[in-house]
Amino acid sequence: AVNGMIKYEEVVIDNCCMMFVKNPALFDVLVMPNLYGDNISDLCAGLVGAATLVRGIALAEAVYGSAPDIAGKNMGFECLFHEKFGKSNCFTAEWCSMLRHLNLHDKADLIQNAILNTIAEGKYQTADLGGKAKTIEFTNAIIDHL
Amino acid sequence: MTTARSIIPLLNRLISRSQPSRSVTYMHRPGDGAPRPVTLIPGDGVGPLVTNAVEQVMEAMHAPVYFEKFEVHGTMKKFPEEVLDSIRKNKVCIKGGLATPMGGGVNSLNVYLRKELDLYASLVNCFNMRGLPTRHENVDIVVIRENTEGEYAGLEHEVVPGVVESLKVITKFCSERIASYAFEYAYLNNRKKVTAVHKANIMKLADGLFLEACREVAQKYPAIQYNEIIVDNCCMQLVSKPEQFDVMVTPNLYGNLVANTAAGICGGTGVMPGGNVGAEHAVFEQGASAGNVGKDSIVAQKTANPVALLLSSAMMLRHLQFPAFADRLETAVQKVILQAKVRTKDLGGSSTTQEVVDAVIDALD
Repeated sequence: AVNGMIKYEEVVIDNCCMMFVKNPALFDVLVMPNLYGDNISDLCAGLVGAATLVRGIALAEAVYGSAPDIAGKNMGFECLFHEKFGKSNCFTAEWCSMLRHLNLHDKADLIQNAILNTIAEGKYQTADLGGKAKTIEFTNAIIDHL
Repeated sequence: MTTARSIIPLLNRLISRSQPSRSVTYMHRPGDGAPRPVTLIPGDGVGPLVTNAVEQVMEAMHAPVYFEKFEVHGTMKKFPEEVLDSIRKNKVCIKGGLATPMGGGVNSLNVYLRKELDLYASLVNCFNMRGLPTRHENVDIVVIRENTEGEYAGLEHEVVPGVVESLKVITKFCSERIASYAFEYAYLNNRKKVTAVHKANIMKLADGLFLEACREVAQKYPAIQYNEIIVDNCCMQLVSKPEQFDVMVTPNLYGNLVANTAAGICGGTGVMPGGNVGAEHAVFEQGASAGNVGKDSIVAQKTANPVALLLSSAMMLRHLQFPAFADRLETAVQKVILQAKVRTKDLGGSSTTQEVVDAVIDALD
C-alpha cells in the first residue's frame, strides 16, 4: 500500500530532545503521547522563533497555554501557530487551518499570504518578535494586506 | 532589606548534618595521596570505549585512584551483588551506560542502581565550552534532577488488554530532599537562582506537592532567587534564551528532558559532565542521556566522544578531594576543545576516541 513509502523510526524522548536542538532537520513528522508532545511542540516553537508562531491543529482550537503574564495586555497572542518555512503569527492563522479543513483553500491562502506579507514588511511586530506593535495594530496591518 | 547570613548557624547545620562526619575544611596530610579504589563499570556500547579513555588519562596523570573493574550488561536479569558490594565499600563509582532493552517489562539497570544506592540527585552541568561555538552564549546551567521516584517509579500495569496505567509517584520526602540539595548546591557554588520546573497546572497534586516542598526550602535561603516555570515553557525558553537559567531543580522525567535539551544547546551529550549523588555514594557517568549507549557504527569505528566521561571523572576527583588533579584534567580537556584539531563526529570532526585521548594526555601539564 501507500504506507510502504513512509519511513518509520522510534527514538527515546531524551535523545530526541537533544537531537532536536542540535539538528532539527533530522525530523519530519513526530507522533508522541500527551506530555512529550506538550514539551516537544514548545521546543519546536522556541526553535522557530516564539510560542506565538507555532500553529496547533487541534480542530482549529487554540492549543497553547494562555501565557498569563501577557494575556489581556494587548501585547501577545493566545494561539499556537506553526509553519514549516515561514513565520506567521496571528490568531486568524488558526482560521486558516480551519478553512483548509473545510476545503476553502483559496480563502485560507489569502489570509496566509496577508500574514506573511505583514511579517515580511516588518513594520508592525509584536513584542515576542522583537517589535512594539499592539495586537490591534498588527491585525489592522493584516487586514490592509488582504 | 538583606541580612547577611550568619556563619555560625550554618557551620552548626553543616557539621550536625553530616554523617559520617566530614571536615568542613580540608588540609592535605601525608598519606592522603594513597590511591583510592573506585569501582569501574565499562557497560555496553560505547561504554567500554569511554571508560577506557578515563583509565588511560588517570594513569597518565598518576592520579591517586585505582579501578576495580566489573562487567555488567544491560541484558542481565539483575545487578550483580558483588558489584553493589564493591560500590558500597568504595563509595564512588564511574560507569558507562547500560543498554536497556525497549519494552518487554525489563527494568533499566541504570535506574535500578540509582534506586538501590539511593542516589537521589542527578546533576548535569551544561555550559558553553570555549572553542565550541553554539547558537547561544553565556550558558551555564546546572540541572538537578530527582533521581528515584516520579515517572520512573516503574509501576505500570495493564488494566484490561489495550489499556495501560502508569503510576507517577511524588513524595514530600523526596521532593524536599532534592530541593535541599539544589539550594545547598546553589549556595555553596555561588549560584544566584534556582528554578523549579513543573507541570502543576495539569498534575496539580503530584507536581503541586513538589512545588510546595521547593517553596518551603526556598524560604530558608533568602539570598537565592527562586522561581518556577512550567516544563513546556521551560523547553522553549531553553532553546531561545538559555542565559536566564542558573540552577534548575526538577522531578525525574522533566529533568531527563531538560538536561538533554540543555546539553544539546551547549554542544551535545558527548561533552557535558554529570553524576548521581546520594547521601553515601556517588556514581559518575556521562552527564545527560547516560543510558544511551550509542549507535553500533560509533562502537565499530571507535569514534565515541570521551569528553563527557573525562569531565565527569574530573568531578569524581573533586569528590575524592583531589582538586589539583581535577583542575589539570579539566584544563587539558578544555585546551583540546579550544584547539579544535581533534574532535569526534558529534562535534563536527572526524577523530577517533583514541586520538582525543592522546590529545588530552599530551595537553596535560
